[in-house]
Amino acid sequence: MFKKSKQENLPEVSTASLPDIVFMLLFFFMTVTVMKSDVLMVENTLPNASEVKKMQHKDRIIYIHIGKPSEQYRKLRGEESLIQINDKFAYPEEVGDFVLMKLAEMPQSIRAFTTVSLKVDKNANMGLVADVKLELRKVNALKINYTTYEGDAFKNQK
Amino acid sequence: MSRRGAPPEVNAGSMADIAFLLLIFFLVTTTIETDAGLDRMLPPMETDGTIIDIRQKNIFTVNINKENLLLVEEQLTDLKDLRALTIAFLDNGGALSGTPEYCSYCKGERNPKSSDNPTKAIVSLKNDRETKYGVYITVQNELVGAYNDLRNRESLRLFKMKYTDMESQYLNSETSMAIKASLKEKLGQIKAMYPLLLSEVETVFN
Repeated sequence: MFKKSKQENLPEVSTASLPDIVFMLLFFFMTVTVMKSDVLMVENTLPNASEVKKMQHKDRIIYIHIGKPSEQYRKLRGEESLIQINDKFAYPEEVGDFVLMKLAEMPQSIRAFTTVSLKVDKNANMGLVADVKLELRKVNALKINYTTYEGDAFKNQK
Repeated sequence: MSRRGAPPEVNAGSMADIAFLLLIFFLVTTTIETDAGLDRMLPPMETDGTIIDIRQKNIFTVNINKENLLLVEEQLTDLKDLRALTIAFLDNGGALSGTPEYCSYCKGERNPKSSDNPTKAIVSLKNDRETKYGVYITVQNELVGAYNDLRNRESLRLFKMKYTDMESQYLNSETSMAIKASLKEKLGQIKAMYPLLLSEVETVFN
């Protein structure tokens, strides 16, 4: 019995389900993809931390980026860390207005739960971060999140 | 009207190619963004200038200088030792048994020279303007880690569940309201035992 079937030609593996599999993967990646909304003008290598909490609601987050200007802006802006909000460089004094403006765009019901995400390059100085924190306190935006990568925190020293 | 023979089949062989092309595009552009980080509440702007008296022994000073060196309680310390030192300070429970400040759940050394009770113990963090952000985050991470370790310990003892796990379950939007309510109560209970008292404002010693 077995011998007989072996002698026959092996049937070809059907590839008819291949598109289905690929489509499944495609839809997965389509759904998880987050297109970057703003172009970064500063270097932004976030530090690592292990005791992180995930931020749940994307619509309740206000982003502030801090870091050295990227390569193409160095000539104009120098080497010192800068703040980037809304696709442009900003002074610390502008942060408060920016946060209030963003808050005003949000529906009333979620304003109280808004978090300010500080995306700060790990080589930036604390002075600028302290200035931003002071501005945030002035406009009573007290919930902040030091956004980090998940990882070993001791790698930050290098 | 019936057709003669079977209708011609559309060749679906290239479908896989097209799908692959799209798949590769999305694979390349995807950055599975994980917006995770350390949550922190900033202190509100004080306008009335109230001064709160805190006993010196209940304050744990952590100072990072501009050379990114760490000074814990006036001692030069390695970053790796910070968590253990913080736990020892918070969990000390130095108040004598019988006094209202006595800490029944503390497992520390009960050194009368260190903090009385975790609810009284304050960590005071200071940094220079030239401190590197990366180091600052490491220190913040270790301080939060110390609190999380203690909270996990008590949470495992009381509820047989880690505090951090309860918290992530609570924050998960798929958790039902009934479970959330019970979790909130438990979280509150643990938070009351080890409240996160981290001060970054100026403390004056006198």
